[in-house]
Amino acid sequence: MTQLHEQSVAGANNELIAFRLGQQEFCVDIMSVRDIRGWTPTTPLPHSEHYVKGVINLRGAVLPVVDLAARLGFTPADPTPRHVIIITQVGRQTIGLLVDAVSDILTVESSSIQATPNVASELARSFMKGVIAMEGRMISLIALDSVLTHNQSGSGLLN
Amino acid sequence: MDTMAAIKQTFFQECEEQLAELEDGLLTIEREEGDVETINAVFRAVHSIKGGAGAFGLDALVRFAHTFETTLDGMRSGRIEITQQIIKLMLRSADVLSDLVRISRDGGAADEARVAQMTEELQKACGIEPAPAAPAAAAPAAAPVAIEPVEGAALVPDEFGFVPTPVHFDFADEQPEEPQVDEFGFAPVKIDFDELLAEDASHTEGFEIRFRPKPELYAKANDALRLLRELGRMGEMEVTCDYSSLPHLDAIDPEGAYFDWTIKLKTDGTEAAVREIFEFVEFDCDLEVRPLISGFVEAPEEAEKVVKEVLAQVAAEEQAEKAVAPVAAAPVFEVKPAAPAPEPVAAPVQEAAPAVAAAPAAPAANAAAAASAPAPSATIRVDLDRVDRLIDLVGELVINQSMLAQRVMEAGIARLSDVAVGLDDLEHLTREIQDSVMAIRAQPVRPIFQRMSRVVREVADMTGKSVRLITEGENCEVDKTVIERLADPLTHMIRNAIDHGIEKPEDRIAKGKPEQGVVRMIAAHRSGRVVIEVADDGAGINRQRVRDIAVKKGIISPDAQLTDAEIDDLIFAPGFSTAEKISDVSGRGVGMDVVRRSIQALGGRISISSRPGQGTTFTLSLPLTLAVLDGMVVTVAGQTLVVPLSTIVETLQPKESDIHGLGEKARVIAIRGSFIPLIDVGAVLGYREVEADPVQSVAVMVETENQSQCALMVDAIIGQQQVVIKSLETNYGHVFGVAAATILGDGRVAVILDVDAIVAGSRTEMARIDANRKRNAA
Amino acid sequence: MPKTILTVDDSRTIREMLKAALIDAGMEVVQAEDGIHGLEVLETCAPDVIITDINMPRLDGFGFIEAVRGSEKHRAIPILVLTTESTDDKKDRARRAGASGWIIKPFDPVKLVSAINRVAA
Repeated sequence: MTQLHEQSVAGANNELIAFRLGQQEFCVDIMSVRDIRGWTPTTPLPHSEHYVKGVINLRGAVLPVVDLAARLGFTPADPTPRHVIIITQVGRQTIGLLVDAVSDILTVESSSIQATPNVASELARSFMKGVIAMEGRMISLIALDSVLTHNQSGSGLLN
Repeated sequence: MDTMAAIKQTFFQECEEQLAELEDGLLTIEREEGDVETINAVFRAVHSIKGGAGAFGLDALVRFAHTFETTLDGMRSGRIEITQQIIKLMLRSADVLSDLVRISRDGGAADEARVAQMTEELQKACGIEPAPAAPAAAAPAAAPVAIEPVEGAALVPDEFGFVPTPVHFDFADEQPEEPQVDEFGFAPVKIDFDELLAEDASHTEGFEIRFRPKPELYAKANDALRLLRELGRMGEMEVTCDYSSLPHLDAIDPEGAYFDWTIKLKTDGTEAAVREIFEFVEFDCDLEVRPLISGFVEAPEEAEKVVKEVLAQVAAEEQAEKAVAPVAAAPVFEVKPAAPAPEPVAAPVQEAAPAVAAAPAAPAANAAAAASAPAPSATIRVDLDRVDRLIDLVGELVINQSMLAQRVMEAGIARLSDVAVGLDDLEHLTREIQDSVMAIRAQPVRPIFQRMSRVVREVADMTGKSVRLITEGENCEVDKTVIERLADPLTHMIRNAIDHGIEKPEDRIAKGKPEQGVVRMIAAHRSGRVVIEVADDGAGINRQRVRDIAVKKGIISPDAQLTDAEIDDLIFAPGFSTAEKISDVSGRGVGMDVVRRSIQALGGRISISSRPGQGTTFTLSLPLTLAVLDGMVVTVAGQTLVVPLSTIVETLQPKESDIHGLGEKARVIAIRGSFIPLIDVGAVLGYREVEADPVQSVAVMVETENQSQCALMVDAIIGQQQVVIKSLETNYGHVFGVAAATILGDGRVAVILDVDAIVAGSRTEMARIDANRKRNAA
Repeated sequence: MPKTILTVDDSRTIREMLKAALIDAGMEVVQAEDGIHGLEVLETCAPDVIITDINMPRLDGFGFIEAVRGSEKHRAIPILVLTTESTDDKKDRARRAGASGWIIKPFDPVKLVSAINRVAA
């Protein structure tokens, strides 16, 4: 378990945490990340969407864990103790994202973030703020608010 | 936080307190239990709000508070007779004041018409003719202000609604020749035309001031010396002192005044500025201010010498010490400073340690101030955040403690060993800490009840009914978090009670009831919960009508057999509303189903009972605190759940013969002659597709607040424990059938069942099955 | 040596505003909530100036001033009265009770300080 500190980012530099889902790489703004933990079994919530694995106990707080792969429309993850949960905060919600592994911490200038290419599915693209080219890799930047706001109806993840 | 912002916050907090005092006081007076002090306190409450509002420039609030205050002043001085009519006016004004405070704090637009109307009524009560808006006055000096003797005069308010306070000029202290200072501080200046014409100069070079302090000046701790000094700051000064009236040493009255000063002041300042210096003492001295047209008169040598001597003496005075008494400030010309001091006690003390006085005085004063802080009510103010944090931490402590207990048990440590015993002690201590901490946030329900009193007034007014609110148990304490969320449901219940329950006055009389209806609100602690009853003595529920509407809206089938209680309960059904047109009062699409859900969200229950012609009673049952719950831990489809203990009636092992099918999938279980719906919790919550076998399960019989019962099928019962409630709302949202979550001893999260939702779900299910069946058969 | 001011007012808001203005001006502040409390505080500290409100519970401003003026020990302390009226009626009454001067609410911090300086060196 690594605890990451908030860094105030001045100017055009963004610090991002990169992680893997299957064969693809993604990243999120480090400012939203509160914690990174190994996988712990979740308690399923009744009538939840397929991408909500359930809730976990993080130091006394109960938070939901989202299978990010499933959310993006990929094959749902089959979590093992080697999987990782990235604890993020968006607005007033704290939510865990289930990913395969964390790969890197990147410092990237805003100018390096390119528009998302027009090939991925609607669903996937709706979550991406852009892509970053780095050392021959393509890393897609995830917009956390989109991940969490998509489901507006009735029970489920709140806005 | 910026100081002014912090003080503004304090102001609004204080306003809340004052408004509560105001309402309390007025109600006490209404009940004819008040006395002189009560009306004074009421006056002060409004005065206080006005004072603070003025400091922050909240003009609309100040204006209204002023009119309100004037009326209250009339009441406390006896000018206005205190009648029930007036009290009602006061109460309504208090409501308007409260609204204006709220708008000043939160923003928003005031109901101008209402404020104006209330202002008018208040002014009428004071005997003031409401004045039409006057054009803004120019310089005050330009507008003649009507000033009349107090008795029987019509006092005309200016365009701000300020009523000039009648002023008495008491001329006894003053000599007729003295220029009269009018209420604006202007004094007509006597101009000696001869002098004027004799001189060339056409402008004033300054003033000649004649200043003769009276004993009163010194008695009020004012000091001629300081005034002279201040005068000296305006320009060059030539001071002559006529001390001819100073008697011999042994005839001197230490508190007397013997000096007559003539000051020629060369200055660019105005006469007003000069007079302002003497503002505080103008009635305690003889003061003449004449412009100096000519230049300075050369002081005769004699005068100059006197001035120098006086000033020297004054300087010597200062060296001695800070003057204690007014007499010390009047330099007694030929007498040693110490002798005539009227405070023989204080002076030597000060003389002895003039320097030392400074240092200890300050910390002593502070310590003293702190120590003498009033302790009639031993309370302290604490930031709510800190209390919340403390409660969270205690919650963690409870979780941790039970996790520890679990681990110890799993480790196989003997129950009677020191470790286990120690753990038991720890558990008791933790419980006690928890109770104490919960008590910190516990508050009396009184403020909510007071708000309801206003709601009753407004709704009664709006519906043209006469209603009285009786409250009991205002001191009953409930967790702050619960109290805050009670306001809306209670408001709605009261609106309903008055709008639909209480009959119009003429109808009530026709029925032989007292013209005034009564709404009774009672709070009490009962078996670990808070029970609040809202009862009216109105017409009760019109069951036929309710039934008809429910059928019309498809909530029940036309030939459904329902008990009276079940019919009454229909008003909680979603989509049910008896208002044909949405009345302004209880309409707006908020039905009793929303009220029920709000109460349930608090972990509470609400039920209704009604007697036709006699009235309706709502009973709310709430947990003492939102934070903990006694629960029964069960397993369902491999998941661990918690069922609130308060809902559980009994548990049993179903027998094959007791189970009967109803329709396609529904089942009931026979218990002591009645048939109770049997619900597979696992299926309802979506944990399993295939219904469990009842015979392999345990049936937990639960009862909702409206006495409808249900048997929940679970796999097994693990045990009972107190759990800390963790809300899912913040990070996730509402889940059907789930009230909240908790963390078990092993650190895993368990879901807490929302029994009412599950039971309600099943009832609708059953009713729908019933309706379906009837439809299909037809 | 900074001046010590005793402020007597039942309104927390006003007390805090006075305190802020006085401390800004380099003075020290001691507070009391009403006349009775003010008299208690006087037993243990010797302020240079007293500022008091008029409408207060238990013992109002007039009563308080009269008590102070009647006390051998404290009668010489200058007292400024806080009043919302600029008319003479209240000023008169305060003056007759023994006030040295007045400050009009809502008060202007500059006027507050100059009033204090006028009554206390």
